Amino acid sequence: MTMREAVRSWGCLGARQHDVVEPAFVDQAQAALVEHRPILCFGAGRSYGDVCLNGGGWLLRTRSLERLIFANWTMGIIRAEAGMTFDALLRLAVPKGWFLPVVPGTKYVTLGGAAANDIHGKNHETAGTFGCHVRRLGLALSSGAILEVAADQNAELFAATVGGVGLTGVILWVELALARIKSAFIDVETLKLDDLDAFFRLSKQSEGWEFSVAWVDCLAKGSDIGRGLFLRGRWREGGEGEPLAPHGSPRFVVPFEAPSWLLNGTTVRLFNKAHRTRPWAIGRHTVHYNQFFFPLDGVGGWNKLYGAGGFFQHQCVVPTDAAAVAVRRLLELTAAAGQGSFLMVLKMFGNRASPGVLSFPRPGATLALDLPNRGDSTRRLLDDMTAVVMEADGRVYPAKDATMSSAAFRAGFPDWQKVERLRDPNIMSDFWRRVAA
Amino acid sequence: MTAGRRIWVLGATSAIAHAYIRLRAARGASLLLLGRNEAHLRANAADLTARGATAASVKCCDLARVPDYESVLSEMVAAGGAPDEVFIAYGTMQQQDKLLGDITLARDLIDTNFTSVVCWLLAIIERWERSRPLTVIVIGSVAGDRGRASNFVYGSAKGGLDRFLEGLQHANAGTALHIVRVKPGFVDTPMTADIAKSGPLWATPERVAADIERAADRGQAVLYTPWFWWPIMLVIRHLPRFMFDRLKV
Repeated sequence: MTMREAVRSWGCLGARQHDVVEPAFVDQAQAALVEHRPILCFGAGRSYGDVCLNGGGWLLRTRSLERLIFANWTMGIIRAEAGMTFDALLRLAVPKGWFLPVVPGTKYVTLGGAAANDIHGKNHETAGTFGCHVRRLGLALSSGAILEVAADQNAELFAATVGGVGLTGVILWVELALARIKSAFIDVETLKLDDLDAFFRLSKQSEGWEFSVAWVDCLAKGSDIGRGLFLRGRWREGGEGEPLAPHGSPRFVVPFEAPSWLLNGTTVRLFNKAHRTRPWAIGRHTVHYNQFFFPLDGVGGWNKLYGAGGFFQHQCVVPTDAAAVAVRRLLELTAAAGQGSFLMVLKMFGNRASPGVLSFPRPGATLALDLPNRGDSTRRLLDDMTAVVMEADGRVYPAKDATMSSAAFRAGFPDWQKVERLRDPNIMSDFWRRVAA
Repeated sequence: MTAGRRIWVLGATSAIAHAYIRLRAARGASLLLLGRNEAHLRANAADLTARGATAASVKCCDLARVPDYESVLSEMVAAGGAPDEVFIAYGTMQQQDKLLGDITLARDLIDTNFTSVVCWLLAIIERWERSRPLTVIVIGSVAGDRGRASNFVYGSAKGGLDRFLEGLQHANAGTALHIVRVKPGFVDTPMTADIAKSGPLWATPERVAADIERAADRGQAVLYTPWFWWPIMLVIRHLPRFMFDRLKV
């Protein structure tokens, strides 16, 4: 049941050879961890850099571990194997009036991956990270032990595992508290942003809106810096009694890699302008959760639009006090380099503490953007951006990162050695080799 | 009408079987899962219960080596009544070159995929009350449609089973027995984990399962899944030998 396979991450920055084992049951997953080293779990492959890769070593693909272990649809508590995707879970939970407490920008991630990267979503201010809603995890170790870890049981290992990028053991299952919904629709308000100050102002003025995010044009210069759209949303009220319809399947799939010239300065500028100025976007709307949370899922394999070279994603967080200056500086850098693509995502993180030692979110402003891989010039830009983040005492998101230095990682995550101490001796990743070894 | 539908699943840890009974579980079916590994059966049963099965019990046995069908069937009926549907999904696959060099292995494969399934069906039909509607779904293979160099040992077992089911259906035409002969092509499951899966011919167990559910509910007798295997196998079956002999398939 093993295969030699070239595997790449979502950024398509080059495939690396792995021996891949794909267990169908948790006991087989545990056996694979005991038998093979170095090994690393690979879920849906939606992280962008090398956090899910283990070049030359083993990957334990979790996609066949996707059973429910139990579901209490009255209390909204489920326990499921780590390879179950948000896509599959939402199809089951939404008709019963439950939603995932925290969702990222795609539903094609696994529960195990969400816990291992302690992901966040548009409701970070109120909900915190995904890990805040994880009640317990089943963790297999290469010693042969299977442990239950939770905030009150093996607490140190729990804190190292949530956000621990898969290093502390194989997450076999995740027990999760779901969030009650009365509608499958979101009331959205879209506001125009003329500058960066407007973003910070609106972020403060959006209490009572559970979800918020801004899309900013990363090619804008001078006084236009920060122009874009501010979206805020909340579950629709008054929809009681309506059927709770889950999402369907994607309508369009990118069939092959696009030529790399497709996304150049001009096409991106045109797209950004069209996106920002389309008049029907501004104002209040009601949209299905699928369109609100997962707009890019409508285009299957959109990562291939960047062509054969792939792309980087930079996501950082900078503390609130330093945010205004640092975000402006980052926007100036991308605009000057003319390399940003599509829209940059900007959002304020709230104060709710993340449970993981290596959890990325902390109070402040987070910024994410894609950069088509143009070789050295792109890497230089990424280094410059990371330098700005470091200066502001911020950090870069491991799940997105492919380039940060070991020094930048250690400065951003000063407690990293707590995870290294609890790392399973059979587990390793390309990311960890790069930043911690 | 599937709420409370009693389904026996022979080979319940197979990926296709599990994907299929998930669909039935969501509609409130009552399930008896059979297979060799009790822990795996229990993991699947928990999943099916959480998805809405009114019952999901397990019975651990080696389906290919049943010493006494009568007593096993009595236990199965005692565990929750006679079935409305029997789903047979167990089987093994081996690389052809291994089978050609190892007669014991070849015999074992034929006994598992053909002889034991036939014995199960003979025993089940023997006990069947003819007034009670019964659906029998058997996972065959497109490999059984024509003997081919690359897998004719496996293919002959599946082909023989297809002939048997055809005859069983003929003998019971006009009765409440409904047989669905499922012929999947390449399905991306742990059984095929060692094969490189590229190209448009590979299907997911979920897709195959949805096709089977539709065929079972419609009363279809033969199902090629995904659908494009029907025209492909039509051509393969009818290709003249002088042309077929030039193909390396």
